[in-house]
Amino acid sequence: MEALGQQFFNLSIMQTALPLLLLGLRQTIVLCLLVIPLGLAGGLVVALLSRSSLSPVRWAAVVGIDFFRAIPPLVLLIFVYSGLPFAGLRPSSLAAVAIAFLLNTSSYYGEIYRAGIESVGLGQWDAARSTGLGYYQTLAYIVLPQAVRNVLPDLISNTVEVVKLTSIASVVALPELLYSADMARSVTFNSSPIVLAAAIYLVMLWPIVRLVSRLERRIAT
Amino acid sequence: MQSRFLEVFFNWELIQRYFPAILSGVAVTIEIAAAVVITGIALGLMLALARSFRVLPLSALIVLFADIFRALPPLVLVLLLYFGLPNVGISLPSLAVLWLVLSLVLAAFCEEIFWAGLLSIPKGQWEAARSTGLGFLGTLVYIVLPQALRLTVPPITNRTIVITKNTALGTVIGVGEILNQATTAQSFSGNATPLMMGAIAYVILFIPVVVLGRFLETRFRWRRI
Amino acid sequence: MTTAQAPILEIRGLRKSFHHVEVLRGIDLVVWPQQLVFIIGPSGSGKSTLLRCCNRLEEPTAGSIRVDGIDIMARSTDVNAMRRRIGMVFQSFNLYPHMTAFGNVALALTKVLRKPRAEAENVALAALARVGLAEKARAYPAELSGGQQQRVAIARSLALEPKIMLFDEPTSALDPELVGSVLKVMRELKQSGMTMLVVSHEMRFARDAADRIIFMDHGAIVEEGDPARIFSEPREPRTRAFIAEIVR
Repeated sequence: MEALGQQFFNLSIMQTALPLLLLGLRQTIVLCLLVIPLGLAGGLVVALLSRSSLSPVRWAAVVGIDFFRAIPPLVLLIFVYSGLPFAGLRPSSLAAVAIAFLLNTSSYYGEIYRAGIESVGLGQWDAARSTGLGYYQTLAYIVLPQAVRNVLPDLISNTVEVVKLTSIASVVALPELLYSADMARSVTFNSSPIVLAAAIYLVMLWPIVRLVSRLERRIAT
Repeated sequence: MQSRFLEVFFNWELIQRYFPAILSGVAVTIEIAAAVVITGIALGLMLALARSFRVLPLSALIVLFADIFRALPPLVLVLLLYFGLPNVGISLPSLAVLWLVLSLVLAAFCEEIFWAGLLSIPKGQWEAARSTGLGFLGTLVYIVLPQALRLTVPPITNRTIVITKNTALGTVIGVGEILNQATTAQSFSGNATPLMMGAIAYVILFIPVVVLGRFLETRFRWRRI
Repeated sequence: MTTAQAPILEIRGLRKSFHHVEVLRGIDLVVWPQQLVFIIGPSGSGKSTLLRCCNRLEEPTAGSIRVDGIDIMARSTDVNAMRRRIGMVFQSFNLYPHMTAFGNVALALTKVLRKPRAEAENVALAALARVGLAEKARAYPAELSGGQQQRVAIARSLALEPKIMLFDEPTSALDPELVGSVLKVMRELKQSGMTMLVVSHEMRFARDAADRIIFMDHGAIVEEGDPARIFSEPREPRTRAFIAEIVR
């Protein structure tokens, strides 16, 4: 029991590691602010492409969505980071993470948007188009607002996943929160810094996780 | 130009040389994924059922567990257990650590999904069954669960796919799954072909699962409108 | 009925198939200005499809449709501009749930006709007043009764000043006591000179307000004529059978 406290809850080590972890947290937040808007925008583009009237475009989008949902994000990241140099491109950690995350999150968000758009009844399209609104106008003013409202819990829940996903950037030595914590761990041979990082993740994400549960329950009933 | 690309990413000689290694990685990935799916879903279902007894302290603990394991990134938990446990006398092989973490995370998500499914069954179903003399357990087994489980198929499938892809995290702690085999071979050979093989192995493994997931989702449409 | 003017709607040889099932088998139909033409017939006769072809919500397989002289099927025709001139009212209203009644009516004014805010506001409120719902402008569809929702839907089309209004079973989804309020609005529209093409089962309304009745069956026009004659002395046996059935 004593050993447990020493190994995982050593307060003095946590205190020493905190500044380093906060720097890592800042990098995590920067990464999120970069990747989440890009993913949301990319996902919308992909969802619209998957409804295109041109079948090659439609097929490419659907295949793309399935492909990037099938590949584990870590594999994609390693591929971009370690594999691309062989093709002559040498992305930095941040660039590799950004590219891999963009591909991954656009597919997940894209799938959610698709379900949302499909859930808006055809009658809405009929009504809007009969008053002369164009395709994109109908989308912007009538369909998307309702679509997003319908899939909001899924969008939020996926955003939580993206924030958690930033932790894999530690594998390619991006100095985000987990990387900093792991660094502190290897220097002190003590796991308390990682517990501290876990606590920080909890503070960030627990409230949102609770919120999503409540939202989902409200819609299911 | 084109042949250089093939040379770097699709080197036939290397494909032949490392095929067995990648294949053993596939076996490991499938084993862990299968084990995680079974224990994760079973544990999640048991926790949701336990919660249905409405014993407050127990429910509170279950909610606490579910929240924590859904809010934390799996990699954090993997590193925590892998490096921390040996220092307190528990020595688990990396395979076991990976399985344990992924099962607990899947269980947490499944518990919430099953619980939402149970809640969505109208009270009238319980009342009707109980008023014909069916006990609590009987109602659960014959009336409520069959309906609730059907509702939960799509989200459970989705969540399972996401979690089992996390088997790739095993590479960080030395589990011999696909990614590990691929990166090791890549640094040995100085060529990206093994990486390409690993990526393709994952795609072959998971695209059918993703397509199945989408099919199940459209067949068992849960919510909305 | 004025014959000196050109027809508002002219349909010639209209055919429509869905996957080898022919739903419209060569329809010829002319609607003159300010006429109210009523289409009756059993379900599955193609009435709704006919209406939906008129603003190209369904694409005709063959034939021509001219609205106000313009061939709506021509490649050079701007579909969106064309749809402004044709108003459509649906059985299920299809109001935008996330906007108020006012928002529903004003949207096309600002986004399609590109009217300035103030002008759009006046037009929208005037349209709502015409259907008797000026005081419900700020209400959301969920707060309105079925009859009120349908009237807002009518105002939504009206605000664009269409040349012709198409009604696809406008009262079929309403509770009986609400039907009257919608029919009243339609009567007033007719009196103010709107050209209307109506698919409906409201026979009393047809008898009172329609200028012409068209009976359709299995994708073709079986008989047409003025209401008094159609209801009392239908010529075709199928028409007779249908009238007898609904009068029961």
